[in-house]
Amino acid sequence: MMKKSRRRFVIAGVLLGGAAYFGYRFLSKRDRLAKPASFQLKENELALNGWFKISPDNTVTVMAPRQEMGQGIYTALAMLVAEDLDADWSKVKVQQAPIDKMYANITLLTDGLPFDAEDTSYAASVARRVGYSLGDTLGVQATGGSTSVRDGWESMRIAGASARAMLIAAAATRWQVAASECTTSNGVVSHSASGKQASYGELAAAAVQLPPPTEPTLKERKNYVLIGKSQPRLDIPAKVTGEAVFGLDVRLPDMLYAAIAQCPVFGGTLKSFAEEKIQSMPGVARVVALPNAVAVVANSYWRAKTALLALPIVWDEGANAKLDSTAINEQFKRDLETGKAGSYRNDGDAVAEFGRAAKVIEAEYRVPFLAHATMEPINCTARVANGGCEVWTSNQAPSLVQWIAGKTAGVETSKVVVHTPYLGGGFGRRAEMDAVVQAVTIAKELNGPPVKVVWSREEDTQHDMYRPAAMAKFRAALDGDGKPTAWWNRIVGPSVTLSFMERIVPWAASDMMQDKTNAEGAADMPYEIANLKVEHVLSPTPIPVGFWRSVGHSYNGFFKESFIDELAHAASKDPFEFRRSLLQQHPRHRKVLETVAEKAGWGTPMEKGTGRGIALHESFHSIVAQVAEVVVSADGVIQVKRVVCAIDCGPTINPDTIVAQMESGIIFGLSAALFGEITIKDGRVEQGNFPTYDMVRLAETPTIEVHIIDSDAALGGVGEPGTPPIAPALANAIFAATGKRIRQLPIRGDAIKA
Amino acid sequence: MFSLKVNGKVHQVDVEPQTPLLWVLRDALGLTGTKFGCGVAVCGACTLHLGGVPMRSCITPISVVSDHEVVTIEGLGAARLHRVQQAWIDHQVPQCGYCQTGMIMAVSGLLQRTPNPSDAEINESITNICRCGAYPRIRKAIRALAGANTGA
Repeated sequence: MMKKSRRRFVIAGVLLGGAAYFGYRFLSKRDRLAKPASFQLKENELALNGWFKISPDNTVTVMAPRQEMGQGIYTALAMLVAEDLDADWSKVKVQQAPIDKMYANITLLTDGLPFDAEDTSYAASVARRVGYSLGDTLGVQATGGSTSVRDGWESMRIAGASARAMLIAAAATRWQVAASECTTSNGVVSHSASGKQASYGELAAAAVQLPPPTEPTLKERKNYVLIGKSQPRLDIPAKVTGEAVFGLDVRLPDMLYAAIAQCPVFGGTLKSFAEEKIQSMPGVARVVALPNAVAVVANSYWRAKTALLALPIVWDEGANAKLDSTAINEQFKRDLETGKAGSYRNDGDAVAEFGRAAKVIEAEYRVPFLAHATMEPINCTARVANGGCEVWTSNQAPSLVQWIAGKTAGVETSKVVVHTPYLGGGFGRRAEMDAVVQAVTIAKELNGPPVKVVWSREEDTQHDMYRPAAMAKFRAALDGDGKPTAWWNRIVGPSVTLSFMERIVPWAASDMMQDKTNAEGAADMPYEIANLKVEHVLSPTPIPVGFWRSVGHSYNGFFKESFIDELAHAASKDPFEFRRSLLQQHPRHRKVLETVAEKAGWGTPMEKGTGRGIALHESFHSIVAQVAEVVVSADGVIQVKRVVCAIDCGPTINPDTIVAQMESGIIFGLSAALFGEITIKDGRVEQGNFPTYDMVRLAETPTIEVHIIDSDAALGGVGEPGTPPIAPALANAIFAATGKRIRQLPIRGDAIKA
Repeated sequence: MFSLKVNGKVHQVDVEPQTPLLWVLRDALGLTGTKFGCGVAVCGACTLHLGGVPMRSCITPISVVSDHEVVTIEGLGAARLHRVQQAWIDHQVPQCGYCQTGMIMAVSGLLQRTPNPSDAEINESITNICRCGAYPRIRKAIRALAGANTGA
């Protein structure tokens, strides 16, 4: 079912097509095991492959190919290596891996590729060939798409198992016994007959001389010591003492600080500035002009910021100076009716069915642009000196940072060194390269000292790459029994992939490509309706859009799960039972839905003014259902009391992290549903700091219960799938409480007043 | 030139009087555990203790610090982990962790003032923003700490 519907996506971004090059078929297991050239070993450390190092004291330092932004990935990936290595978990550490093709995120690429791996069609081969060159240029060491564990599952376990076999072989040789008689546990090889024991640290020097097995046997599930059992996160101790270094915390000798002002109007440029007015201010070293921004460089951030505020700047506001949200909404409405619709799914004949239906239901939905608002404001530190370039930045794509920094500095990519400290939130924002270009450009001009570019919160909110605003229209047919016989869904909005490509690889960007993310969660929805048509109308705006936690699912989840609820009510059916009846061929979805309903006490009576809403959504190969309970006061004040969540993400690695990610995704989605809105006036974002771009705090946080379903299905992600169901679950709960249908986010009190 | 006492140590800094304490700590003294989040005292990432009271340091000019002792996250558990820090580990609170040092300073300040806070008191005084949404665990950890107070 999934495979079939995936084929329907004609072509996704060829940017992601690099899978063809980095795919498992091209990058053999041996290559993925090898020591990369850039692997740095400290004194006494030894590496049996490119995934971890062993010290004589038995410490195992895992090289994390992904970036830690709170999703617990350092710990989960270390668990994968440690499980099949049989390492001593109390001595496992994690370090950010250097940039090397062996660390490529193949899953991120294959998820983006619109063709099945076995598809040998001409279109597929062309996409792969284009992807080859792009993938080769850009590299794909990146964190996103809830892919990290899925990508590491095989390679990092193989790395552990392969090294374990080498350590056993070294011990067996030393003791003159058969390898098959040796066992391992907690970082020690034992031979029970002779009572001999040796730690991995002691054996590593001998083991490193041996050939690494490339097809080692992986542990069976029943023998797991770590996988599936909650382990405390390895990054937490440093995060409670203040020792953890985030991008903004990087400190270097002779470092300068840059405060930056970017043209408030999208697409505008810098015209002039009066440098002489601030030259004598304390600590000011330099004013650097950028095409659309100006930066003041000083010997402290506060001095740079103070001088920037005093700097008279004239902008050329350009073509978008009159743009506003009303015009964008009108454009979407027009394009929804008359724009060129690309087909993402077309089963049966939905249009014909509407003619003979007993009942036809229609509805329109709308969501706004959203900012990422990571707690760590955007920043980047760079040094360009002596023909080299070094960058320190919290980012989700080190290989992209390396390439962009090299291009900007005029330095060969391989000569650019990238450091990735902890990310103070990512959510997709830190896949963007804007601050890297700024920092490297300024550093190049300074030609020697490192410079840290720090954005203010206002710059961060007003110069984001936003979650797209979007609209959707639905039409559905019900037969005499209230069973849906046709479903038509047309979505309109800009394309994230296209916008991203225009920024990163403008020469490859083309609106001829259909962006899978536009209709994700809509085209691949599980409900079994015979006549089903899903379309998207591309409606670009001058507002840059980017990857925002769960991407297209973030709005399609709200649209689809709200409208299915409308159908249930139109059919006079219980919303849970109605959904369940449309999942005959989807046992996993059904189980998740049934679990959440049972745990939430679905169907039990509730007081007046309160309501319960349900939503089910699959994204990133995980299925999540949520039930929200709300209280709505007579004057329209919404209080979310409780959220019950069930997830089937296949095998679980670190269950407590799954719970944390569901909690996190729910609160992230609640902030969007209750508060999140970026509006445009005079070509600029109207919101600035947190007082105008608010979010959920402790006082608004509901009780959250998470239930993980034990499953043998293929691995799914957990960073994003918690977000899409919460807005519709909440909106459906509000309907249950008030009879008012929410068709627009954020939810406004005046829309539900009694 | 200003003199200030941070985590028991006296420092001299050559900065303008309006410079916020946050940036003195981060840029002049290299104490980066106190974070910049908004610059307008709304998000609480920059929370520290000034004269024993939780304070948002991003709008606190160095000129008003005078002889009030500053305690930052680096000083809170310098000898051994503060019980709030330990509770944050026990309850696996932080995700990205960026806001959590400010959160810990706010909570340790609250518990010092109000050892057994009600839910309403917690909601009122802990207004720090956590974009990762660690709130359910923050509440759990505070309740556990408050419970420990009652039991003692």
